[in-house]
Amino acid sequence: MTEKTVLIEISRLTKVYGTGQAAMEALKGIDLRIDEREFVAVMGPSGSGKSTFMNILGGLDTETSGAYRFRGVVVGQLTRNQRARLRRYYLGFVFQGFNLLNRTSALENVELPLIYRGLPTRVRREKAMRALETVGLAQWKSHTPGELSGGQQQRVAIARAIVTEPAVLFADEPTGNLDRSRSREIMDLLVELNGRRGLTVVMVTHDPDTAGYAGRVVRFVDGLIESDEPNGRVS
Amino acid sequence: MLWNMILLAFKELKRNVMRTVLTILGIVIGVAAVIVMVTVGEGATAQVRQQIASMGSNLLMVTPGKRMGPGQSTAQTPFKQADAQAIYREITSVAATAPVSVKSIKAIFGNQNWSTQVTGADNQYWLTSNRTIAAGRAFTDHELKSGAAVAVIGETVKEKLFDGQDPIGQKIRLEDVSCEVIGVLEDKGQNTMGQDQDDLAVIPLATFQRRISGSQDVGMIMISVQDGASTEKAKADIERLLRERRHISASDEDNFNVMDMKEISKMLTGTTQLLTALLSAVAAVSLLVGGIGIMNIMLVSVTERTREIGIRLAIGALEGEVLAQFLVEAVALSSLGGILGIVLALIGSLAISKIMNVPFILNLSIVAIAFLFSAGVGVVFGYFPARKAARLDPIEALRHE
Ligand SMILES: Nc1ncnc2c1ncn2[C@@H]1O[C@H](COP(=O)(O)OP(=O)(O)O)[C@@H](O)[C@H]1O
Ligand SMILES: [Mg+2]
Repeated sequence: MTEKTVLIEISRLTKVYGTGQAAMEALKGIDLRIDEREFVAVMGPSGSGKSTFMNILGGLDTETSGAYRFRGVVVGQLTRNQRARLRRYYLGFVFQGFNLLNRTSALENVELPLIYRGLPTRVRREKAMRALETVGLAQWKSHTPGELSGGQQQRVAIARAIVTEPAVLFADEPTGNLDRSRSREIMDLLVELNGRRGLTVVMVTHDPDTAGYAGRVVRFVDGLIESDEPNGRVS
Repeated sequence: MLWNMILLAFKELKRNVMRTVLTILGIVIGVAAVIVMVTVGEGATAQVRQQIASMGSNLLMVTPGKRMGPGQSTAQTPFKQADAQAIYREITSVAATAPVSVKSIKAIFGNQNWSTQVTGADNQYWLTSNRTIAAGRAFTDHELKSGAAVAVIGETVKEKLFDGQDPIGQKIRLEDVSCEVIGVLEDKGQNTMGQDQDDLAVIPLATFQRRISGSQDVGMIMISVQDGASTEKAKADIERLLRERRHISASDEDNFNVMDMKEISKMLTGTTQLLTALLSAVAAVSLLVGGIGIMNIMLVSVTERTREIGIRLAIGALEGEVLAQFLVEAVALSSLGGILGIVLALIGSLAISKIMNVPFILNLSIVAIAFLFSAGVGVVFGYFPARKAARLDPIEALRHE
């Protein structure tokens, strides 16, 4: 085994939505450490705070108290634009609802994050093409999301997330909208990216089968971590 | 990056052609109005300058009544022929004075008739109005004194009444005066206001006074100052003389008005200025309305594309980059309006210049300014919607349906 390097370190993290009477404590004090190259599944009942947690990890939202360190950087202290740069250079995101640009081809969707890196068109095209090949959609590059199946759309979304070669991929219920065999395709892809490229993956799911692909399962209940244990399958 | 944004902006605008066209209409009209206004205005001014050159810069015009504004005066003690003679006699720098009276009268020849400006004047009129007789002759002294029924007609009157025949020696009727045509004036064309300067019939002043107006009054006195002499000085001298002759006490204002070329040209451009003011107002309002239209449509666009904005923010777009994207789109929209406005204005000014018979003078700097201004409208009115887009919360935006 290679030595372990800390990627994400979370201590006493809380998140409160609203104020006063309407205040809603979605996270009640989370402590967690995720190393590089790990494949973590986050499970738990609906409303237990999984998405809130992922949004904070992804730098899309900020915690109410506690600290989230990404490679030692305290993310909560970054400005909005600094967090945008963190997302741009280190984080990849895959959502349950795919979130692709509808009127734009698969290739252009994958290219999008590279535009914000200021890469020349030719380089963007090449990298986007390679990412599409990785997810097995090279021949679908000119199709718009509407012309693709759900599984294919999610694979485009994964290609978009990995095209920038991020340090970690966050996936919030990536197979939530897919049937069983499509889910399996996506999970095989994630396992491959994790295994072969050493991409850290943090994935929310409520499906035990899907969670079975991960090396470690963290269980959320009511804004707290109930259990955190290695899975049968070791990466 | 910027190039990408421009491409993206035009892609967005192309998606909804009808909406784009309707949105930029205000800008199109505003920009077109500004350019037409300046182009036609400059053409008209150039024409006035030409006309003044053709009239000679040494013309003075004396009209009765107090000066009210450009071209306006109150009716007051009229002049007599003797005033003109006195000016000619006593002011040495004056080369010619022509007492002139004008009335619009229907001229009849055979079964043709044509309403024209019948002008009572003497032979000095040709000099002061800078005209020459193309065919026939001027008045004789005897005709002038006796008030003979003779007329020198303009080219337009000749065309309308004589239809190719030689008018010299023919008799035309002006009210109940039957006049023999003794001469035809060289044609001069239209003036700035589109008035035909060849639509006139000149008869001896005495004839006009006796047979047409029935009074000894003259409408105005046209004065030609000698070459090389100062018109300013001549003007002052005439004013002094006329005040004396009209017994105006030192404390009273003039009850007459001596206009030099500067004032005459002001009078001639008066209508152009009014037109300019009107079109400026139209332009300003259109640009404002156009700007608000752009703001409105950009706000709609931001709402429609909330999810897209969320996606862009989530994958790492900076606030400034989202802002720039929507600003570029607003500017593309308004500049497109500017370009269409310029095209429309070129066609419009060409047409109007033709119709108004003024030279077509295209001022390229005003075209550039109009374009920059339209782009500026995009920046100003696009900023608020763009900022709204840039400040969206990515999570909320992604949740938006
Ligand atoms: N923006 C929000 N405003 C108020 N409450 C919220 C918001 N987002 C989530 N919540 C609440 O926080 C709790 C956790 O939500 P979430 O993190 O989405 O749970 P999960 O993803 O595990 O289903 C829920 O009770 C939810 O209603
Ligand atoms: Mg959730």
